[in-house]
Amino acid sequence: MAIELKMPALSPTMEEGTLAKWLKSEGDAIEPGDIIAEIETDKATMEFEAIDEGTLAKIVIDEGTENVAVGTVIAMLAGEGEDAGDVAEAEPHETPVKSDDKGRVDDVPGEGKDEGRDEPGGVSGPTEAPRVEDPAIPEGTSFTQISVREALRDAMAEEMRADDRVFVMGEEVAEYEGAYKVTQGLLDEFGPKRVIDTPITEYGFAGIGTGAAMGGLRPIVEFMTFNFAMQAIDHIVNSAAKTNYMSGGQMRCPVVFRGPNGAASRVGAQHSQNYGPWYASVPGLIVIAPYDSADAKGLLKAAIRTEDPVVFLENELVYGRSFDVPDLDDHVLPIGKARIVREGKDATIVSYSIGVGLALEAAETLAEEGIDAEVIDLRTLRPLDRQTVLESLAKTNRLVIAEEGWPTCSIASEIVAICMEDGFDDLDAPVLRVCNEDVPLPYAANLEKLAIIDAPRIVEAVKKVCYV
Amino acid sequence: MAKKPAAKKPSDSAAKTAAPSEDPDFILHSLQEEFEAAKSFDASDEQMLEFYRQMLLIRRFEEKAGQLYGLGLIGGFCHLYIGQEAVAIGLQSALDNDKDSVITGYRDHGHMLAYGLDPKVIMAELTGREAGISKGKGGSMHMFSTEHKFYGGHGIVGAQVALGGGLALAHQYRDDGGICLAYFGDGAANQGQVYETFNMAALWNLPIVFVVEDNQYAMGTSTKRSSAETRFYRRGTSFRIPGMEVDGMNVLEVRAAAEVAFKHVREGKGPVLMECNTYRYRGHSMSDPAKYRTREEVQEQRDHHDPIERLKATLVGAGHGEDQLKQIDKDIRKRVAEAADFAESSPEPGPDELYTDVLVERY
Repeated sequence: MAIELKMPALSPTMEEGTLAKWLKSEGDAIEPGDIIAEIETDKATMEFEAIDEGTLAKIVIDEGTENVAVGTVIAMLAGEGEDAGDVAEAEPHETPVKSDDKGRVDDVPGEGKDEGRDEPGGVSGPTEAPRVEDPAIPEGTSFTQISVREALRDAMAEEMRADDRVFVMGEEVAEYEGAYKVTQGLLDEFGPKRVIDTPITEYGFAGIGTGAAMGGLRPIVEFMTFNFAMQAIDHIVNSAAKTNYMSGGQMRCPVVFRGPNGAASRVGAQHSQNYGPWYASVPGLIVIAPYDSADAKGLLKAAIRTEDPVVFLENELVYGRSFDVPDLDDHVLPIGKARIVREGKDATIVSYSIGVGLALEAAETLAEEGIDAEVIDLRTLRPLDRQTVLESLAKTNRLVIAEEGWPTCSIASEIVAICMEDGFDDLDAPVLRVCNEDVPLPYAANLEKLAIIDAPRIVEAVKKVCYV
Repeated sequence: MAKKPAAKKPSDSAAKTAAPSEDPDFILHSLQEEFEAAKSFDASDEQMLEFYRQMLLIRRFEEKAGQLYGLGLIGGFCHLYIGQEAVAIGLQSALDNDKDSVITGYRDHGHMLAYGLDPKVIMAELTGREAGISKGKGGSMHMFSTEHKFYGGHGIVGAQVALGGGLALAHQYRDDGGICLAYFGDGAANQGQVYETFNMAALWNLPIVFVVEDNQYAMGTSTKRSSAETRFYRRGTSFRIPGMEVDGMNVLEVRAAAEVAFKHVREGKGPVLMECNTYRYRGHSMSDPAKYRTREEVQEQRDHHDPIERLKATLVGAGHGEDQLKQIDKDIRKRVAEAADFAESSPEPGPDELYTDVLVERY
């Protein structure tokens, strides 16, 4: 059958071009791979290669012709056993490229007018998961005060006992027992195969951890701090978060990236940043930032178990604080569920991580002044528990967000947007953000104190939304 | 490939005369020496025909993909493997597909076809259709088959090397006897994470073969303009990873090298770095006019080093008739044409696929 050679598109945006030169003449034998013509676009000259074998029967578009539309038949090729003369006399089909003589509908990529499907339907958003509550703690359960540091270690140890695919890797996690002693005792119990000291090579070990998850293991990758994870953010975002989607659901990546996040104390700008908003903006990631020991334990266990990649943000200044943890064999909490840590009726303070402590402190002060503030700990930053925030807003009608981090494009900004979009009618005052100052964190003690949020600033904001 | 100045062969070094026990660098050149001793894989007639079929399938598939791109049916970036076929076939034919894993960059069509995957689902992914191997949500650069232990298909240059290190760690952790084959290009060879991975792979004795597919150009920059050391197989030396230099335009040589490298890694002796010198006939991607090299240079490779023509000559020499080989080509063209028809006529993914597969679980 005669083969039509059509004007090719040489880039996704090319619509027409110039047929600059024919390098073969009518009657020439053509082998696959032969360059038969040169095509000029506005950007470059490209060579047009033959795909099929045959004889160049007829040149339809002469060289030097400008503005030849993509898809125009430019020549006819006679195949094996065909007479070049007959082919030359046959008229080329004057049809646009993307439809053929079988009466198909035009097939325009992106417009969905494909054969075999009816008119495109609308886009439905993600399906809402049924609402879950924290599992009830059985009556009579005892509680033990343990530090956040120990709670995190216990979570890892319990999951490592339960599932031999779980292992920990990172800088100083094994013999040194963790730069912040979060992995204390793990090497002793699980040995060097499952508690792996890495060199100082964040990009590399984040990639290896991610690859190991793709290969069926359940790695916990510790970053000494999340500041260093910026060296590795490509693997967290491009490799871990997107692969399940890009593979059409084939390739799982159940990895946990964990470590301290946010400002520590007097360590300067490069070691003091909250990455919550960065990771929370990425579809495909779960982002968790707990405050107290029970949440740290219950959510880290959930993070290790889930099939999805998790960024688990801890806080160095909170590691040493102790809180009650229920004495249960398996204390696991739901991901994506905020917690009301203090009930109140006059105003809502939304926070997470170290900010929750400050919000509670502010609530105490406000109570003394007759304002009953509700405090919500988001716990999970992605997916964000909008419902708990909006329900609280519907009750108090006033809302402040306290975030130890920069204000611009922050979790606070996101909460403001949620309140505007879905809670507008419940608002009795503008939503206010209490965030760090918009500067790199200074070293000088006085300046550092000025730059970071504190309880008095939260008190002031709550009073403002209460118009007192 | 005659592209580099004649190198001082490892066998010329003084170390060669020393007994392995007295030569601290024995490990670094021993694999090359073993390979040099038997450089051409002794393929059976059936194996040779199979190599020919597989390479030709990649060639014809890629030509068709280029054509569909030209017709606007494939969008975005599309990186063709034409010219490099012997690398994927020579190496992957030596794998144990029940155990071993493979990972590569964005020039991944050939590596997928080497598994014998149906060209239809690959072509349908290129055209962004529901029947594509990634449901049309990945595209040319992002294809995976976990069933075959093929882990992509990665668009960030060099990322697959660290990920491959992780796959190798998983093989070692589970002690499943598998190895990881991690491909990257001469361009990726200058990424820092490649060396971070070399270090950990050697430190932890991971079962991984790193393969540099040196096709001479990182996009439009020739290796000599980008790389202080263009003999990439040497770049593992400072991590004590043995190197091998292989003619990537000769499938029997690549297969012979694969046998040596895989055996070493399977014996638990740690990673190997193999450089396969090859050549891509087409531009870096479909929108590359390839003005950084001459037409003569490309033609020289096609005329004298083409991996398919070379094997064809060997087959003819072994008594296979032109007719038989032509029939193979005809059958492959038909298969590729069917794949293209399928890819063109399959429906695009439904709008309801937009929000699927973002997360595995519901929260």
